[in-house]
Amino acid sequence: MAKFALTVNGSPHEVDVDPDMPLLWVLRDELGLTGTKFGCGIAQCGACTVHLDGQAQRSCVTPIEAAAGGDIVTIEAIAGPEAKAVQDAWIKHDVPQCGYCQSGQIMSAVALLRETPQPGDAEIDAGMTGNICRCAAYVRIRQAIRTAAETLKG
Amino acid sequence: MGRAGFNTTLLLAITAAAAVGVPVFMADQPIAAIRDELSEPNDFSSIADERQRSIAIFTEMGKVLQHPRCVNCHPRTNRPKQGDPPHPHIPPVARGPDGLGMPAMRCTTCHGEKNFSFGGGRGSLPGAESWHLAPESMAWEGRALGEICEQIKDPQRNGGKSLSELQRHNAEDGLVGWGFEPGDGRSAAPGSQELFGQLTAA
Repeated sequence: MAKFALTVNGSPHEVDVDPDMPLLWVLRDELGLTGTKFGCGIAQCGACTVHLDGQAQRSCVTPIEAAAGGDIVTIEAIAGPEAKAVQDAWIKHDVPQCGYCQSGQIMSAVALLRETPQPGDAEIDAGMTGNICRCAAYVRIRQAIRTAAETLKG
Repeated sequence: MGRAGFNTTLLLAITAAAAVGVPVFMADQPIAAIRDELSEPNDFSSIADERQRSIAIFTEMGKVLQHPRCVNCHPRTNRPKQGDPPHPHIPPVARGPDGLGMPAMRCTTCHGEKNFSFGGGRGSLPGAESWHLAPESMAWEGRALGEICEQIKDPQRNGGKSLSELQRHNAEDGLVGWGFEPGDGRSAAPGSQELFGQLTAA
């Protein structure tokens, strides 16, 4: 066990956990932030995606010792014009079905739009390829990202 | 099938695989425990002709250079491979303009600075400092060892490295070193980074 300081959604936290504990379990079990989901535990599905220093990060394979000191943002506090555009587009296109993967999908979509505000279909596919949806809502996800990009264009 | 029959079949399979140079992985033996050997520079001292000795040493280095731990991230396409034997990387990822992946799907989205053991007790996610793909100019996949030799000595293709810089790269670079300690679930490149560096220097 060891103590780690981290900033999550703008608030400082200190946790006393095993250095190998995945960030996902720190968020969910230590901090009670259960919006980030466990899917596979081996970085294959994307359900656990958060932002670490502005980049999409699979929290299930990120040991807390690697994330400590970083700026972590989860689905509970994602904000800004890209997040608002994604949220509105998700509602407009009624994207979620069962919803389990959606927090990871949204975190990846926002990360994509922050780096590539006007992505083509190939860029959307490349950026979202690590986020699996068991309901196969991929067509709506892609359409919603297109709509969000249009909104951001202004 | 009786136990004797199974063992005979297994022996035949191993013999056949060894004859054609196919790595043999025993089902009940952890992949990480299987480690091929790499000769030392002194092992080539009996070859008097310098050119022939150099060829022999580089051929020995080829055991590392053409090992899946190295070739998988020196692909001829924009997509890396993974595994033993190599197969397309899952999830499907792309090189991106800087060799570090695509927006929202960077190499570091999953790969950290060291190997990460999965919670289930089997397998691991590989990691090393500055995880990235080799540049397109250093694609080795499908190339003969002689072509790789010309490629890595060519500053136009090797990132402007001199021979001494190449030696240092092979002997000290963290991503090269990862190939010898790749974590549970994948075979290690033969020998050690120290020995690989010595062979490069020789």
